[in-house]
Amino acid sequence: MSAGLERAIHVLKEVIDTPIASYLNSCVHCGLCAEACLFHTETGNPRYAPIYKLEPLRRVYRQEYTLVGRISRALGLSKPITDDDLAQWQELVYDTCTMCGRCSLVCPMGIDLVYMIRRLREGMAIAGHAPQGVIEATKRTIATGSPMGVRLPALKVQIAHIQLETGLDVPLDKVGAEYMLVLSSMEIINFPEFMVSIAKIMLRAGKTWTLCSEAFEATNSGVQIGVSDIARLIVSRIVQGAEKLKVKTVISPECGHAFTALRWEGPNLIGRPYTFKVQHILEVLDEFCSQGLLKLKPPEKDRYTFHDPCQIVRMGGVLEPQRNLIKLLVADYVPMPNTGKYNWCCGGGGGVSANEDTKELRLIAFKRKKTQLEATKSKRLITACANCRVNLEEGIEYYRMDTTLFSLTELVADNLLN
Amino acid sequence: MNELQFLSWVRGPALQISATLFLIGIMWRLIEIYSLRYHPNFAEPRRVPGASGWHTLYRRFFPPEGMFEASPITYIGGYIFHIGLAIIIFLFDPHLGLIKEFIGISWNALPSPIIDFVTVVTLVAMVTVLANRLKCPVKRFLSGGQEYFSWVVTFLPVLTGYLAANHLLFSYTTTLALHILSAELLLISIPFSNLLHIFTVWPSRWFNGAVNGQRGVPV
Repeated sequence: MSAGLERAIHVLKEVIDTPIASYLNSCVHCGLCAEACLFHTETGNPRYAPIYKLEPLRRVYRQEYTLVGRISRALGLSKPITDDDLAQWQELVYDTCTMCGRCSLVCPMGIDLVYMIRRLREGMAIAGHAPQGVIEATKRTIATGSPMGVRLPALKVQIAHIQLETGLDVPLDKVGAEYMLVLSSMEIINFPEFMVSIAKIMLRAGKTWTLCSEAFEATNSGVQIGVSDIARLIVSRIVQGAEKLKVKTVISPECGHAFTALRWEGPNLIGRPYTFKVQHILEVLDEFCSQGLLKLKPPEKDRYTFHDPCQIVRMGGVLEPQRNLIKLLVADYVPMPNTGKYNWCCGGGGGVSANEDTKELRLIAFKRKKTQLEATKSKRLITACANCRVNLEEGIEYYRMDTTLFSLTELVADNLLN
Repeated sequence: MNELQFLSWVRGPALQISATLFLIGIMWRLIEIYSLRYHPNFAEPRRVPGASGWHTLYRRFFPPEGMFEASPITYIGGYIFHIGLAIIIFLFDPHLGLIKEFIGISWNALPSPIIDFVTVVTLVAMVTVLANRLKCPVKRFLSGGQEYFSWVVTFLPVLTGYLAANHLLFSYTTTLALHILSAELLLISIPFSNLLHIFTVWPSRWFNGAVNGQRGVPV
């Protein structure tokens, strides 16, 4: 047994808990999870059935934690996991799973498949069976603080740029501010308009806010790759930053995985509750609007639809704020078929978009989103996740669709009444 | 061993052995599963009506949006044969006699012709879901010996019960003995096959509902 495999089995034994044991004993292989997975529905490949992706975890569970499994292993009746098995499963656990959680939503037995995929990635990553793109992004995060290698000087340049161009204040390291904003690197480099929007909104709402020079990156590639030690290190930077600046609330930006990593996994990674609140930007905007702090222009007449980012909605629990905001902004809103918590993934979550091996597959998976979009007959698509946005843009361009993308936060900022 | 001796054996020692193995097996498996470990959750919960383990326990009886259309046979066939099995096991007079013998309580049975009809419908539903499993690529791919074994051990008691009740194929004594024997095989199989889902499905639904409910998502 190689050292990597030994480590993988050790880690998998550690992560297997009672819910996982209950789930693995409940599956009757009805195949319904496959009907909820866009990689299966769009390719028809049965290997992409979510429950099949969990086979290494099931085998370790059976051989380590059941009497029958232990006996069969001792008698040589069951095959132990090999390095080759894990290598083969890399495609299934990383390339064809965006951790969108749709399979967990539909299983009639109540099996939380995405919870298990997240745990299985722990074993896969420790054995070195993770995609190169995600490994590199994780290494960059450890070294520089950002998966895209964005360092503080780059952020400062963007801030200076915004202040010069718009005259808006983008505070850095302001102790005692009410809100601390964290950003995805994509928002710093590709969509700096997001920071402009926040600056406008905070000014109008009369709230104090800040960025933190030691913790400006929101995304957590440790969660995506599945290494809890790294995930803990990344989330700890934000926790320390927020506690040092004594902020009341940390705002997670328009990035899905950043939100679930910070809001739901973070406290478990550091082993204690936070001393501050974590809100998604959509929750903050909804609060500001409902408190009358933001006044918006009359709703636009054009037809719009909305893509619910999986990590913010189905996995993150932000179900209503986006709808409340859309109602204020848009008169002709047409929801996609299977909207809200039932929405289909853009195809690029869970580290899939950072993984170059998946490009072709991502575009095939995008066909599901294309069908959803076409059903709305809308040419204007709003979303609230920078990663979804990049992936949607890629699909829209590839299929030559006449669709324009909008960020919900930017839309709010652009429609503020003077 | 003649057929009467065979019937006495399946009704007596074999029933006691299989019931004991079933009880010990179930207890063993449930302890093995539910005493493993629980990871604490420190994230501040978001309270939303309808989002809890208990809600999910109930909600997963029904197909989520879009799923019925995706796989109608799984749902229709699944409902029919599960409900059918429950009716046959718990509302057929001779079964109620056995239940009374074991736990001392009883209730009203359904008339035999109705049970007969339910049995035929259940058998047809079970054959349909099996055919669907063989035909549907993803189901066929996911199915191993375990799935077919579970189907056979569930199907046999229903089939032999129908034959016995209607005095078909063999003599009544033989078919009744075969029926009891197949039911005993089913009992022994439950703890050590995926038929254990009869017990684990409830906590599984609860865990899923609870963890997502904590995030404010009614799943």
